[in-house]
Amino acid sequence: MHRLEEMWIAISSGILVIFMIIVGYQTFALGMGPPSNKEIIDPQKVDQTAPFDEPGITKIGENEYEVVMTLQTFGFNPNNIEIPAGAEVHFIMTSKDVTHGFQIAGTNINAMVMPGHIQRISHTFDKPGEYLVLCNEYCGTGHQLMSTTIVVK
Amino acid sequence: MKELSALSLQQKTIKALGVNTKDAKISLSYLSVAFATLLIGGILGLVQGLQRAGLLELPPWLNYYQVLTAHGILLLLVFSTTFTIGYQYANLSHSLGGLLPKVRKLAWSGFSLMIIGVILVVTMIVLNEASVLYTFYPPLAAHPIFYVGLVFVVLGILACCFGVFINYRHWRKTHPGQTTPLLAFFAMGVFVLWFFASIGVTIEVLTLIPWSMGIVETTNVMVDRTLFWWFGHTLVNIWYLVATSAWYVIVPKIIGGRHFNEKLIRLVVILLVILNIPGGFHHQIIDPAISESIKFLHVFMSLSIAVPSLMTAFAMFAVFERAGRKKGGKGLLGWITKLPWGDVRFLAPMIAMISFIPGGAGGIVNTSNQMNQVIHNTMWVVGHFHVTVGMSVVMTFFGICYWLIPYLTKRKLTPQMNRLGVIQTIIWTVGMILMAGSQHLVGLLGDPRRTSFTTYGDHPRALSWIPYEYVMGIGASLLLLGVIIQVYAVINMMFFAPKGETTFPVAEPEDNALPAPMWTERWGLWSVLLLMVVAMAYVVPIVDMIVNAPPGSPPIKTW
Ligand SMILES: [Cu+2]
Repeated sequence: MHRLEEMWIAISSGILVIFMIIVGYQTFALGMGPPSNKEIIDPQKVDQTAPFDEPGITKIGENEYEVVMTLQTFGFNPNNIEIPAGAEVHFIMTSKDVTHGFQIAGTNINAMVMPGHIQRISHTFDKPGEYLVLCNEYCGTGHQLMSTTIVVK
Repeated sequence: MKELSALSLQQKTIKALGVNTKDAKISLSYLSVAFATLLIGGILGLVQGLQRAGLLELPPWLNYYQVLTAHGILLLLVFSTTFTIGYQYANLSHSLGGLLPKVRKLAWSGFSLMIIGVILVVTMIVLNEASVLYTFYPPLAAHPIFYVGLVFVVLGILACCFGVFINYRHWRKTHPGQTTPLLAFFAMGVFVLWFFASIGVTIEVLTLIPWSMGIVETTNVMVDRTLFWWFGHTLVNIWYLVATSAWYVIVPKIIGGRHFNEKLIRLVVILLVILNIPGGFHHQIIDPAISESIKFLHVFMSLSIAVPSLMTAFAMFAVFERAGRKKGGKGLLGWITKLPWGDVRFLAPMIAMISFIPGGAGGIVNTSNQMNQVIHNTMWVVGHFHVTVGMSVVMTFFGICYWLIPYLTKRKLTPQMNRLGVIQTIIWTVGMILMAGSQHLVGLLGDPRRTSFTTYGDHPRALSWIPYEYVMGIGASLLLLGVIIQVYAVINMMFFAPKGETTFPVAEPEDNALPAPMWTERWGLWSVLLLMVVAMAYVVPIVDMIVNAPPGSPPIKTW
């Protein structure tokens, strides 16, 4: 092959390697990996299984909260959550029926919530305001209605 | 020896007489289905675009998700598949000196199987028994007939795969020591990849049939999803490989140039075939049940496709520059003006290639861990695949029509038809830029995909998305206009254009080019390597999903 072609292939591969180093550093050193929780649950017995038998918000530390949430067509439980500004919130979620998405518009919170699997994701809400939470995976006729808010005061 | 001379005689007759009529019939039948589907799918696209922006209210007997399911399946599955087969079989027939009679039979069986499959699938969607979208993620459960229809479609595809394999083998046997013509080599790449891609979805659908019928109580939703993307993502890259065949082999001839170094072209095809299937995993970057380290491996495996893609970009620009300079283009960029911009057979695939630059960049975003989390399941993704499939692939397909159809029907491309094609290309480009551009932007602001019109109780953030949705509606309207012109052009070239000779534009190598290396023809080895890459990517996570599976999910209908 031509010298120029070989250089081009080397540069392309080099960019790929550098890219992977950055992604790997973010994921493993900075803890910025995507939500990948591996706990499981019987999707037909969510209501009887702790902690999902009591969905809700619990204060677990100095401005730190835990939200145990179930997703079901076409809503989130609990909904209309209120927290103080600067709160760090750990969401623990599962689905009671089909696959849903958990997205907080305007943040990087985005996770698939699937039946049989428990998903975890955390976020610190620095800016006050009314955040829109929505389901971003098609789940049925009322999918476009599946939303709630998180009010940060 | 006798057989050999008979065959080369046959090839000479094809050169003299043009297309083999029996083979042309196969290609034309597939292309007719493709463009009928494009028209219906395009109309549904506009309906959806207008509903999404709140500009159109659907009647009570039709729901948005039904329309969305049909739009996705008709365009992403049926249009692309039938066009690909029509075009690839024409390439095969032309470059291998005609199809074998048994291959023709396989192509026709594939055609019937696909038609039956599509009718079953579409009927279930129309009856609102299968509003599960193109991805049909369980535990959303469609009517069993929907899955049966999908099995028929896959069987049709497999019949066409075997047709290509048989014809290729026959040619190799009768031409010992020769490398296959480039277009036939591409066809092998396309159908080998298609064959292995289909395995994932076949397993998935076969388990979903008894589940949707209530014979099996539950299904493993994670495994189903993973098997779907094994197929779903590879499919998109099959269209891309099909488009690439025209970029490398057809376009250089149209601009009066030569094709690039054949060794590199073949290497790109082989890499795309071997590396492709694990790319599907990046659709699951924010899924539970897959560990971060496995996801990291998949980011790498998905991104490795970037290397052959960058090689393609390099090769294409080199070909253009050489052709432009040969025609007297001077200076650093003077060669650009020497390219035939007014020829639709060049313009459409050229814009397709250019759009692969933003398309590829967007793909890198989608494939990367943290950036994926920002845009996952937002409108950004819809914008991304409209740029990649709707522009890079589909505009190449459109450009192909303007020589392939006249060639098959023994007609001519008139200057008027060429002008119409140029206008169509411009309308399509503007429509896509408006639609996909605003989809990318509004996706970054959080607007979710796969959702009918909603303001989420007049939440200010959701209201801020609406202007972008209007722009999408305008883009979608232009695109439907583009579809109508394209379908008109296809019908005209099939039945009404003046009779005449159209040549099949296949580029020649450079005069001093080295012969293509024989080792590139080792498809058995490439298949083994493909399977090894698939095993590296899939064995650990799928075993994990099965061994550590939660109790499964029963079928659920939520529409
Ligand atoms: Cu939902």
